[in-house]
Amino acid sequence: MSAVVQPHGHAAGGNAAHDGHHHDHHGGYGGLMRWVTTTNHKDIGTLYLWFSFIMFMTGGAMAMAIRLELFQPGIQFFNPDLFNQFTTMHGLIMVFGAIMPAFVGFANWQIPMMIGAPDMAFARLNNWSFWLLPFAASLLIISFFTPGGAPGVGWTLYAPLTVQMGIGMDLTIFAVHLLGMSSILGSINIITTILNMRAPGMTLMRMPLFCWTWLITAYLLVAAMPVLAGAVTMSLTDRHFGTSFFNAAGGGDPVLYQHIFWFFGHPEVYIIALPAFGVVSQVIPAFSRKPLFGYASMVYATSAIAILSFIVWAHHMYTVGMPVQGQLFFMYATTLIAVPTGVKVFNWVATMWQGSLTFETPMLFAIGFLFLFTLGGFTGLVLSLVPIDIQLHDTYYVVAHFHYVMVAGALFAAFAGVYFWLPKWTGRMYDETLGKWHFWLTMIFFNMIFFVQHFLGLAGMPRRIPDYPLIFETWNKISSIGAFGFGLSQLLFLYVVLKCIRSGEKSPALPWEGADSLEWTHLPTPAPYHSFETPPVLK
Amino acid sequence: MARKPARGIATRAHAAFAAVCGFLYSGMALALEWNLQPAGSKLAEDIHDLHEYVMILCTVIFIGVFAFMFYAVYAHRKSKGHKAAQFHENTTVEILWTVIPAIILVGIAWPTTRTVVAQKDTSNPDLTIKVTGYQWKWGYDYVKGEGEGISFVSTLSTPRDQIENKAPKGEHYLLEVDNELVVPVGKKIRMLTTAGDVIHSWWVPAFGAKQDAIPGFIRDLWFRPEKTGTFRSQCVELCGKEHGFMPIVVKVVTQEEYSRWSGEQLKLIAAAADDPNKTYTMDELKKRGELVYAKNCTVCHQATGKGTPPAFPPLDGSKMVTGPKEGQIQTVLNGVVKNGTPTAMVGFGKQLNDVELAAVITYTRNNWGNKTGDAIQPAEVKALRK
Repeated sequence: MSAVVQPHGHAAGGNAAHDGHHHDHHGGYGGLMRWVTTTNHKDIGTLYLWFSFIMFMTGGAMAMAIRLELFQPGIQFFNPDLFNQFTTMHGLIMVFGAIMPAFVGFANWQIPMMIGAPDMAFARLNNWSFWLLPFAASLLIISFFTPGGAPGVGWTLYAPLTVQMGIGMDLTIFAVHLLGMSSILGSINIITTILNMRAPGMTLMRMPLFCWTWLITAYLLVAAMPVLAGAVTMSLTDRHFGTSFFNAAGGGDPVLYQHIFWFFGHPEVYIIALPAFGVVSQVIPAFSRKPLFGYASMVYATSAIAILSFIVWAHHMYTVGMPVQGQLFFMYATTLIAVPTGVKVFNWVATMWQGSLTFETPMLFAIGFLFLFTLGGFTGLVLSLVPIDIQLHDTYYVVAHFHYVMVAGALFAAFAGVYFWLPKWTGRMYDETLGKWHFWLTMIFFNMIFFVQHFLGLAGMPRRIPDYPLIFETWNKISSIGAFGFGLSQLLFLYVVLKCIRSGEKSPALPWEGADSLEWTHLPTPAPYHSFETPPVLK
Repeated sequence: MARKPARGIATRAHAAFAAVCGFLYSGMALALEWNLQPAGSKLAEDIHDLHEYVMILCTVIFIGVFAFMFYAVYAHRKSKGHKAAQFHENTTVEILWTVIPAIILVGIAWPTTRTVVAQKDTSNPDLTIKVTGYQWKWGYDYVKGEGEGISFVSTLSTPRDQIENKAPKGEHYLLEVDNELVVPVGKKIRMLTTAGDVIHSWWVPAFGAKQDAIPGFIRDLWFRPEKTGTFRSQCVELCGKEHGFMPIVVKVVTQEEYSRWSGEQLKLIAAAADDPNKTYTMDELKKRGELVYAKNCTVCHQATGKGTPPAFPPLDGSKMVTGPKEGQIQTVLNGVVKNGTPTAMVGFGKQLNDVELAAVITYTRNNWGNKTGDAIQPAEVKALRK
């Protein structure tokens, strides 16, 4: 290994070799082996982002298969079994394969540059954190080709339905273990980097908000992922080793699984949302040419959301038959989340207020995020109320709600981040016209898919069904057409990114007038392969 | 220069948006469902009102917040020459927008709490029905109240051809069953939910009633239907391959209709039970008799009919068994008493009904080496009961 590491090792003493070459010198290997062996935070960030995009397209293909089947009543293309496998894998792949790795990719690229560190704290661990992912993803995909196919139990993997599944279920459980390991290792790395490697003068309360949201997210991951690993391991032993954790006949309880799962699952929502808040908190001030309003309250609100996220899990379970005291506690705790979330939304709007606004693609996506995420937040408030949730639980209203948070929230923020930092990463500008096309198509088709699903849910359409009664037909048709449009629009995104990398115009050193974090103010564009080998001086 | 293409996009986006709106509008002409299903109970109505109240609050706040944002988007743009202010905090405003939402939340939580408590109160029901989720049908058992003892399974009745698009779909496609759940209007119905395999969830939107059916556990919910009619829904917890094909259909009828229906059901159940007035064939009696014998007689008289003498005499070739039928019937009904004390041959008159007794006596008289050729009818047993 030392031969691999040495060319990277700024501490190894090879200063003479480095000084002239490090901008285009990527280490001991070229080609594919460069990417397999890399310990450079920028390379690993790039790997995470491309991996996430591939998973996004894979999960997206499954979403389109689902919408194709739901285009009209009756069974046309996929049998109900395969349909359930698609809904399960769409969820798992999008959550664990697309959204989470995308933000880890941003963290890898940005956190060292934003706090003035030369790299992540544990560079080799960082490599391993990433390379666990392709194996996990392969297990998920391979499960489709095992006897019985992929599990058709929904991404929540509820017991005891999991016991009825074939070997694909076991592959999925191992995939979840690998994904969890990857997340925990990545989080340890991020926490250590932020707490120990900030440049002199970069106090915690001076950090860009993106670093703050990731610091808090990393703690959430370390706390929540082992709980998920425990839940799926108990399912595994129930399946094969005669335990009865979730089997009433053996003294267990199927509802116990749900408690454990959602103890992970609700923090998971914020694991996905907080880094998105971070990206938006960088983008909105930059294009408003005005400092972020209420920086300190943003930090406190993020922490409050993170803490509350651990005491609201059973709001996913109002219909399992809790005692009334339990329902009331989880309802009150859940509605409380609206307070810090409201603070964030008000702060973003106040940041734009009296600014000097321009509307390049990153800003469009950030405003799209703000508008639609808030809408998703309000439907969340509606769902937090026990009696209304009992009507809407497990209907399309819930599907609409969490896609407003996951897609219009997290994904829009990720797009904003990619357009915002592409010039810094590549040294080239993306095509602004095409970027705006991408935004508007995404925005329109997104709402076409999911806005109408609120109506479907209110009218009583259950989720996860491959066929539906006739009254739901028109909304489903509109939703499906929107889905095909949304999917195709993302090919435009791929084209814009590739065009930017290969033939984009050269970016000026500071492409965004209002951007003021270290990667913009203290580093050339594109960012050199090794940055901040000596810490920047902060006043 | 840079603004020109942008404006072009705006126009094109506008056109696209108009096209989508037009499409949506053409959809609306089809009388679409926008909102919760019409309420069929007070509870569902409370939920509707609550939903409306919260939606109005949310909409007002949403419009208020984004009016600020869109005003900024319109007025505070660089292209209009707006210079950025540099303020970045304001303690008063920040405290206000923390406290005011908290107060609004209390205003939401207060009325909601009352509904939560009401929804949970399953005490003093008029009728209790157990519903069991199976892959992929519902079993209903009327366990307490008028109609107690009624029990049936409710399965999707939409023909497979409609699902596979080989036949046109009917009006209640996927929302029709062979046996509907029938309940009387105006009565408090308590449903006990459980499941036989995996978790299912029983839901009738019109009653605001939903409860997961969990294998190995019993949970409950209640509703009081306020109008007659048929209310339709589906299983709402993913329960495997046919999850989308296990509908719930509740027929709410007047009290008189309910009494008539439950009376008929109970009669049908009784008819399906043993009928002592019927004349059975030899084969029916022997078949049934073999089962009764296995359960009640083999311990002593052995399956071979040889018994274990002297304590337990053989039946094969026994004079009692092959003798006059009245004698054997008396013996089986009342047992054998020797010297004033009962023997091991107890009377089965209280344990077995006439059909079972007739069957088991016929079996012993025509099995092994016994060939009396008598088919004893339940009526004959009945005649000899004291």
